[in-house]
Amino acid sequence: MSLVDVTGLRVEFGALRAVDGLSFRLEEGAALALVGESGSGKSTVASALLGLHRGTGARVEGTVEVAGTDVQRASEEELRRLRGGRAAMVFQDPLSSLDPYYAIGDQIAEVYRVHARVSRRAARARAVEVLDRVGIPDAARRSRSRPHEFSGGMRQRALIAMALACEPRLLIADEPTTALDVTVQAQVLDLLHTLREETGMGLLLVTHDVGVAAESVDEVLVMRHGRAVEHGPVAGVLGAPTQPYTRELLAAVPRLDAPRKASTAPEEVVLEATGLRREFGRGKRAVTAVDEVSLVLRRGETLGVVGESGSGKTTLGRMLVGLLEPTAGSLTFEGRPHTGVNPAVQMVFQDPVSSLNPRRSVGESIADPLRARGERQEGRIRERVGELLERVGLEAAHYDRYPHEFSGGQRQRVGIARALAADPRVIVCDEPVSALDVTTQAHVVDLLGELQRELGLALVFVAHDLAVVRQVSDRVAVMRRGRVVEEGPVGEVYESPRDPYTRQLLAAVPALDPQAAARRRAERRELAVA
Amino acid sequence: MNGLTGFVLRRAVGAAVTLFAISVIVYVVFYATPGNVAQITCGPRCSPEQVHQVARQLNLDDPLFVRYGHFLQGLVAGQDYSTGTSVQHCSAPCLGLSYQSDQQVTQLILAKLPVSLSLVGGAMVIWLILGVGTGVLSAWRRGRISERVLTGITLAGTATPVFVIGLVLMIVVCGELQLLPFPQYVALGDDPEQWAWNLVLPWLSLALIEAASFARLTRASMLETLAEDHIRTFRAYGVGERSIVGRHALRGAFAPVIALNATNVGSAIGGAVLTETLFGLPGIGQELVHAVNVVDLPVVVGMVLVIGFFVVFANAVADVLYAVADRRVVLT
Amino acid sequence: MSEALLATEAAGTDTIVPAASGARQFWRRLRTQRAALVAAALVALLVLVALAAPLLTALEGQDPTTYHPSLVDSARGGVPIGSLGGTSADHWFGVEPQTGRDLFARLVYGARVSLGVALAATVVQVALGITVGVAAALGKPWVDQLLSRFTDVIVAMPLMIMSLALLAIVPSSFPRPVLVALVIGLISWGTIARIVRAQTLTLKELDHVAAARLSGWGTWSIARRELLPGIAAPVITYAALLVPMNITVEAALSFLGVGVKPPTPSWGQMLTSADVWYQAAPQYLLLPAGALFVTVLALTVLGDGIRTALDPRAASRLRVGTGRRRESKADEGGTA
Repeated sequence: MSLVDVTGLRVEFGALRAVDGLSFRLEEGAALALVGESGSGKSTVASALLGLHRGTGARVEGTVEVAGTDVQRASEEELRRLRGGRAAMVFQDPLSSLDPYYAIGDQIAEVYRVHARVSRRAARARAVEVLDRVGIPDAARRSRSRPHEFSGGMRQRALIAMALACEPRLLIADEPTTALDVTVQAQVLDLLHTLREETGMGLLLVTHDVGVAAESVDEVLVMRHGRAVEHGPVAGVLGAPTQPYTRELLAAVPRLDAPRKASTAPEEVVLEATGLRREFGRGKRAVTAVDEVSLVLRRGETLGVVGESGSGKTTLGRMLVGLLEPTAGSLTFEGRPHTGVNPAVQMVFQDPVSSLNPRRSVGESIADPLRARGERQEGRIRERVGELLERVGLEAAHYDRYPHEFSGGQRQRVGIARALAADPRVIVCDEPVSALDVTTQAHVVDLLGELQRELGLALVFVAHDLAVVRQVSDRVAVMRRGRVVEEGPVGEVYESPRDPYTRQLLAAVPALDPQAAARRRAERRELAVA
Repeated sequence: MNGLTGFVLRRAVGAAVTLFAISVIVYVVFYATPGNVAQITCGPRCSPEQVHQVARQLNLDDPLFVRYGHFLQGLVAGQDYSTGTSVQHCSAPCLGLSYQSDQQVTQLILAKLPVSLSLVGGAMVIWLILGVGTGVLSAWRRGRISERVLTGITLAGTATPVFVIGLVLMIVVCGELQLLPFPQYVALGDDPEQWAWNLVLPWLSLALIEAASFARLTRASMLETLAEDHIRTFRAYGVGERSIVGRHALRGAFAPVIALNATNVGSAIGGAVLTETLFGLPGIGQELVHAVNVVDLPVVVGMVLVIGFFVVFANAVADVLYAVADRRVVLT
Repeated sequence: MSEALLATEAAGTDTIVPAASGARQFWRRLRTQRAALVAAALVALLVLVALAAPLLTALEGQDPTTYHPSLVDSARGGVPIGSLGGTSADHWFGVEPQTGRDLFARLVYGARVSLGVALAATVVQVALGITVGVAAALGKPWVDQLLSRFTDVIVAMPLMIMSLALLAIVPSSFPRPVLVALVIGLISWGTIARIVRAQTLTLKELDHVAAARLSGWGTWSIARRELLPGIAAPVITYAALLVPMNITVEAALSFLGVGVKPPTPSWGQMLTSADVWYQAAPQYLLLPAGALFVTVLALTVLGDGIRTALDPRAASRLRVGTGRRRESKADEGGTA
């Protein structure tokens, strides 16, 4: 009998059909990834495996069998024995997935005691044992810490430890590394790999990231609109996809080995930063977010700024456009000192939700720079906004619509149109595509490239995704803890990185090819030893 | 622990500064109209000469900040007052002498304080038990008829003014049913049993309304916690509903309940004034109403400051408890 | 390319909501709450009664201040003569003990005082709260420090006690209802200032405000276009809950004899001596007490409804109040 056997699964929330007739199996000890973009229903499937939709008003049809339990027909008691006992789940955001008020060891012990009849003391000992197993140093002492005292990666390890406590036969991981930095992501994926080898448990991985799937599983099931698009061994599906959607998805994934546009070699400097420094807070609690950063941006080129969370890349971006005052250092724009905001230096923001005022029509938002410049004639404003909307791939008639009527990618296009309305020479893009699905990401990146060529814009592209940065940039600066550790032409930095941190970052990027993934895993082990 | 000690110290300093600011504001607001004070103190039929004499007697001709200085000095070091014929020493903390009776305000307040403390303290026990209990019960029974009934009752509770509940309770229990005599304050030291019986109705009238807001808050914060991601984790690991509600959700309600209890000390003292007036209990509330009616400014100012002290103190204690309950507060 | 592209991008999300402006959405959400609708109707009726008080009393042929000594039995201490506390065709709700003033007239004029004072006090609170809160959030750090500490002090002052004391020192020549409204408003704007400050600080950090700055707008334009609409929702929500609170405070002050003073009628003031007369004239207690209860309850339920309608996400989690939203949990499940 299979470990997981799902037949004709259908989940509806009111009028919305999240999963629409899905069937698949997972054998004991095997690993399957459900891959799909947002709205594909993949997380809903994960919840359905543990019967988590019970009592929420969702309608679930079809049969779901997990580790010998018919989830649809099981009693509450049987379900509770299945959950955590035979099938355990790891969630996306490790901070919010743990109770902030109790020590991590106590939370694991509590879960363990639900399934094993042991004393409090024995349960606590078991908690320390599993925390040690997932690589938490000094586990006995750290088990008394509360979640906020752990780093993101440690928290995810702790959550995996909780899953391991009862030695489940199936581990369900719902976007387990999405909230993590790329180097930490690699560590967690390696941990999952090792644990699977050692315990022989099955793995069901839910992810939007094809690379993460390629690193971790044997089989892939691509989902879209609640249905299975393609299902098969990972090498087959990712190497030789048969379905158009899978091909489109794979084509959109930025790769470290994809061909790149030829770099231009412009001369004229538009924006120059010298010794930029920014501190937050005062006195003993002062934190230096950006430390002694000097950069040059030339006409028509794209400078990539790449770094993990906390590297200071967003702070740097905000200083470049004048939204933040530098604590020290200076900025010049076209040879003149650049302080405060200047309409010629614009920004495209990360979050397509918060970057548009929900109470104003998108046309009004785009018209802001025009009106601020003193344009009063409504006809001219409408005409210009219409042009801009069309230029970014929307319609002039969208002027009167509100942000919530648009999808994430469309909202990002509106943001770009607003930046263009000011006739800028420089646009700083702060993680412009990280909140978007991968196919949408590709479209937005293409649009930025087109605009740059057409208008001769200089772009600063701030992102955490090394592959995207490689694809769009001419030169790249790698940031770590507020400093630029390496800067140079993209070809040089990516092909022969000089700084060890850059090497570590590049080794951590998931590869689409399972064999390459295995090679990288070995590389990472070497780097870790070295 | 070190961070916590620092936090407590910082909070204590903050509370002291707040109290000082309150004393300045209150003093300025109440004494900023000198001629008026003398007129009111003397009475409406006084001649201008008499009013002037009263003003001199009360040192009302001095500049305001000088008088505030005297007031602060009295508070810290005590002060001597001449009351026409004799000199009275008022030891620290001295809040001045009553215009009406020449009694020391501090002693006046001390004499009335036990009554008010009995009232508010007892009521607090009731509202915490009743309010939090009801809140937990309705979060536990969420989605069922019993929850709706409880919600309705607590809503009606929040909408009823203290004196209306008090009036109704007094008329029904003491008047119509004659279950209890009309309350008369008996000191705790004299007869604990009588003390409690006589305070049952005042306690209830004060506590029922506060209990209603605690029930609403407890229920709301428990439901909020129940919607959080970590609850989903424990469900996904087979932890039972009893433990989820009783352990994890209730823990989430702890901090907001403490915070509300602190902010409610102010409104509870306001309620105590009404309750004392209604039931004729000789507490500081009743004394304050009396002082207000005869415009006895030193008594009014002294009472406001003492009550302000309790409110600020309660808030500081709540903040510290909050920090102990949730260490992340200290870190930020 | 645009058409095909829009199709693929739109297909990738399920968050596309049908168009509706803020106000229309608000009404739609308010309409689904039966309790809030009933409460709104009650509040409307009360406001109508308060506005039409002179008309209603004219209809009855009475006024709230004329003494009718002939209608009370002075030998028995002033008990109203006749059954049901002197209820008759001339005096619909009977007369007041001792004075013989018409109860119906005093009740409807009392509604004027209660609602008027509460609304005026709320306006003062909201105006002060927004001014101080926005100034603290947008001002220089020292301005923020100063205003925030001052707000702390204001919040720490017990409302009832302070207004009780303040009302004592103001000369009685000052129009009393205006005074009560001012005093309540001036003492208790602290919480609303805190809410406004916090909300403004949150909004200030949002990217659309940064984008407006990059467009070249000045501080004032940004505050008006980007910030004020954003603080409207929490301010309205809290103000809706302030109104019933202010009614209670006014009633309490008048009950203690320091609020609105006779001959101006007020519900709280009517209850001052009601306990003495409850056997002889029960409506003298029941009418103002009931009016207070119904008004405060209706305003509270309406306030809860407004909160639910303005912030449906928070409210569906909390389900504060009685109004149960009828929508299913669809919004929680769709995010795969």
